[in-house]
Amino acid sequence: MRHLWLIPALPFAGFLLNGIFGRRASKAVVNAIAVGSVALSFLWVVKTLLSLGGMETPHAERYFTWIESGILNVGFELAVDRLTAVMLLVVTGVGLLIHIYSTGYMAHEGGYYRFFAYMNLFMFFMLILVMANNYLLMFVGWEGVGLCSYLLIGFFFLRRSASTAANKAFIVNRIGDFGFALAMFLMVVQFGTLDFAGIYPAAAEMPAEQTAGILTAIALLLFVGATGKSAQLPLYVWLPDAMEGPTPVSALIHAATMVTAGVYMVARSSALFLQAPLAMDVVAIVGLLTAVMAATIGLTQFDIKKVFAYSTVSQLGYMVLAVGVGAFGAGIFHLMTHAFFKALLFLGAGSVIHALSGEQDLRAMGGLRKKIPLTFATLLCAAVAIAGVPPFSGFFSKDEILLAAHHHAPWMYWVGVITAAMTAFYVFRAIFMAFFGDSRGHHHPHESPPSMILPLAVLALLSLAGGFIPVPRFLEPLFPAEGAHHDFALVAVSVGAGLLGIGLAWLFYVSKPGLADSAAARLGALYRLVYNKYFVDEIYDATVVRPLIGGSRAVLWRGVDAGVIDGAVNGIAQRSRDLGILLRMFQSGNIRSYAAWVLLGSVFVLAVLGVMGGLR
Amino acid sequence: MSNHLLSIVLFTPLAGMLILLLIPAAQKNLIRIWANVAAFAGFLVSLPLWVHFDRGNGGFQMVERGDWIPALGVKYNIGIDGVSLLLVLLTTLTGFIAILSSWNAVDRHEKSYYAMFLLQQTGMIGVFVALDFFLFYVFWEVVLIPMYFIIGVWGGPRKLYAAIKFFMYTLAGSVLMLLGILTLYFEHFNQFNFYTFEISELLKLNLPLGIQQWVFWAFFIGFAIKVPMFPFHTWLPDAHVEAPTAGSVILASVLLKMGTYGFIRFSLPLLPNASIDPWIVQTMAVLSIVAIIYGALVSLMQEDWKKLVAYSSVSHLGFCTLGIFSLNPNGIAGSVLQQINHGISTGMLFLIVGVVYERRHTRLIRDYGGLAHVMPNFAFIFAFAMLSSAGLPLLNGFIGEFTILQGAFEASRTWAAFAVTGVVLGAAYLLWVYQRTMLGQITNAKNRLLPDLSLREWAVFLPFMAWALWIGIYPKPYFDVLEKPVAQLVERVRPGYFEAQAARAQAALIDSGKETTLR
Repeated sequence: MRHLWLIPALPFAGFLLNGIFGRRASKAVVNAIAVGSVALSFLWVVKTLLSLGGMETPHAERYFTWIESGILNVGFELAVDRLTAVMLLVVTGVGLLIHIYSTGYMAHEGGYYRFFAYMNLFMFFMLILVMANNYLLMFVGWEGVGLCSYLLIGFFFLRRSASTAANKAFIVNRIGDFGFALAMFLMVVQFGTLDFAGIYPAAAEMPAEQTAGILTAIALLLFVGATGKSAQLPLYVWLPDAMEGPTPVSALIHAATMVTAGVYMVARSSALFLQAPLAMDVVAIVGLLTAVMAATIGLTQFDIKKVFAYSTVSQLGYMVLAVGVGAFGAGIFHLMTHAFFKALLFLGAGSVIHALSGEQDLRAMGGLRKKIPLTFATLLCAAVAIAGVPPFSGFFSKDEILLAAHHHAPWMYWVGVITAAMTAFYVFRAIFMAFFGDSRGHHHPHESPPSMILPLAVLALLSLAGGFIPVPRFLEPLFPAEGAHHDFALVAVSVGAGLLGIGLAWLFYVSKPGLADSAAARLGALYRLVYNKYFVDEIYDATVVRPLIGGSRAVLWRGVDAGVIDGAVNGIAQRSRDLGILLRMFQSGNIRSYAAWVLLGSVFVLAVLGVMGGLR
Repeated sequence: MSNHLLSIVLFTPLAGMLILLLIPAAQKNLIRIWANVAAFAGFLVSLPLWVHFDRGNGGFQMVERGDWIPALGVKYNIGIDGVSLLLVLLTTLTGFIAILSSWNAVDRHEKSYYAMFLLQQTGMIGVFVALDFFLFYVFWEVVLIPMYFIIGVWGGPRKLYAAIKFFMYTLAGSVLMLLGILTLYFEHFNQFNFYTFEISELLKLNLPLGIQQWVFWAFFIGFAIKVPMFPFHTWLPDAHVEAPTAGSVILASVLLKMGTYGFIRFSLPLLPNASIDPWIVQTMAVLSIVAIIYGALVSLMQEDWKKLVAYSSVSHLGFCTLGIFSLNPNGIAGSVLQQINHGISTGMLFLIVGVVYERRHTRLIRDYGGLAHVMPNFAFIFAFAMLSSAGLPLLNGFIGEFTILQGAFEASRTWAAFAVTGVVLGAAYLLWVYQRTMLGQITNAKNRLLPDLSLREWAVFLPFMAWALWIGIYPKPYFDVLEKPVAQLVERVRPGYFEAQAARAQAALIDSGKETTLR
């Protein structure tokens, strides 16, 4: 027993303490509990990993039997292997930095204790998600982080847009969970268990003629879940709206950790996916399409957080592409470097927003380089990392992916390269618009407090140097490397694409400002299509949401329920009543009418008898 | 003493009612206190059932048997298995909570009000413990009367319409059910030459499929109206909207379960051939799935907060009936557990509407908004109940839903695929009503000064919350209680089911063994 349970339990204790007593506690106490619990969890992760050594086999701990019914037997079981180790370090490490940052960022917001209680609860569920040793427990974490995402997106619940975005996130994710749930049912029926340790060997040993149908179905259903959580086509629509939440939430949940859960889940299930090539192709293509589509939208947005949100969708597309082409190690590598530079981008954006007292529109910024130099410097580190400039972190992980894509299908590589150019463009576009040129706003910017700058500095260091952490090699025992060899020409092309993107952004937004507007004007309809995000939200609204609501109200409720069904019920009652009224007329109390009825009745009886020949 | 434990549980509320009748009507506080004491005593005496219950025994336990009407062969025969045990405990706890929640809500005819509730407690417990069909029928009808008065006297503006609709509809169903019961009764006489209503005797009947089908449909009408299954559900929203809060709580949490219990206790074991008749099973599954989706969609559109919860019940009970007619251990055990879960979470949701109704005297969703500001504790409780109802893992609803859907999936993948959409829609209507009532700015000035929960109101919610967490985190004791009786039921309906399962597992084992040796 290494007491793995302590890792999630510590933030959970923080959640309980702050949730119950936080309202009456001072900010210092809330901070100490929130940050302290995550720090302790991080330390416990480090200690556990050091004591576990090489982790050639997973270290699992079962605490109790959770569900035992029929053919179901699910234990409350946590485990650590190399994949989980990477995730644990990313989640608790980046999580800790963001918690520290939040103490500064949220200092002036109401509901301070509530924010940190939710954040700690999120850490708990995220850690359950990555440590679970069976799918059902993973699903607990999966749903739990969704709940926290809902609570934190809607944190400013006075704003209607915030609570609407929160609802959207929850419901869209539930649509994804539909697939996850069905995948679990299928696995129980097929393998008789939901334990990773039981399923993967069984799947690996399945003869090929059996795998095609079942494993492909399981893999695709799991992937439906992943498209919800990791914001892939066609379920990505909730993530840009999720930016309604406070910026540290965007950094922690909607960039660094939760949204990568789908990638983690596919990587975790690699034994299933590798047996289902068709599903793998679907995964790769969805990832690639998402990467391109989101990148194009990112080119046109003016809200700094929206730019980074679409960037996140696009980068998640890269990760999904990676796992889809079988480069699981590269996918997790990019997951980690992305956690560094994207968390940094968001936190840096938060620092900008904080400095401008809430301004998020790039058009109202400009010239901030001198005013908030530390923020600028750290954001620049993130930008070079995401743009794939060597030797910074994004360069290594992105190239791993692109090379694997090329090995799988060269056209995927080229699409990826184009996306890389767009990535570099939109990130530097945001940097240039915010920090260069003349100030376009009426603000008095001020640099952020040390509690915010320190995490930025640490993340900047990680963004720059994180590429030297040999994640793919560390994960090799789990995910044997494919034959992708390093091809200098391919690397040079993708680096060149990134530099081209940066150069174009410089041209458009620094050296010849105005070029951007004229280009946008020249592109006309195409520009408007992309600027309006391809009208996907509107299409979903018109084809799904409205028909569902309108149909439910007019047809199902007013028509079928109140009209037909209840109409029939009340109709039967009414007919009985009418019949009663009719029969009541016979009971008039009038002797003469009774006599008349008796006479008529007798005549009727006699007539009937006569007709039937009874009277002879 | 302990030999009569079940009778004590059954009659404690009735005894409480009789004593209550001796208290003068003017002593309002004394009446309230006594009703709470009696209901709490009813809960306490039911706890030993849980302790003394033998989990290894799939048959009936704590059986008490004696003659009641010898001329007709009617016995006073009561006993419990795991299914009844859970439902009895749900009844005793919910009854106490319902009575506690009425403290301020009821301000006229207190004496008759509490008397009705206590009488109803005995009736409901009786339904769940009766092992004689006649006795069952008596309790079934006993329950009807107090609820009729609770809705009709202490209800809202359209209380008479709702009460009569509830009464006539259910009565029509029970009359058909009675015909079914009598068919079995006379068939038994034909085959064994003596009259009895005892379940254990009726189980020995050997009925041709045709008769089984007829009796099945007769029972179906009675039970389906009670559940209510689509399309027999339209009495429910009316009854709920007009009933006082405590009445709604009892109605949703316990009364509806009499219908699902009827299927499990009578339809399946007494009519096993009809119960696996493909046509009947398909019909039941389709009606359940329609209820799940349709109930959720109609719930989504409601403007009346209480009606919304009422339609959500239709959807949730659809899961319960789907589980039953999956006819496998997961489906049925999940169904029973979900019946308890629905009692907990929907009970809470009705109590929640009651809390604000008591303060504002309106149930229209648009009259609220932004309540989270003035009532943060209440907002927390509502969020908890919402998540429990929406099936969030680590809370009760998830366990039931998941187990049912697993069972449904084992029976038919199509059923499961359709039913899972109900889970998506379930989140939608709950989140939306939460947003409209709790979040945003306070738009209605009358809501600005609403007081948050009182201590008594906390006390009403806490037991349900604790129970929801227990089932969500550690449901094993519940599955332990259900395992044997459910296995017995499945074996009764599908003889050889478990042998076939074991054989298949064995074959898979050998198969995989061969694979490995071949390598």
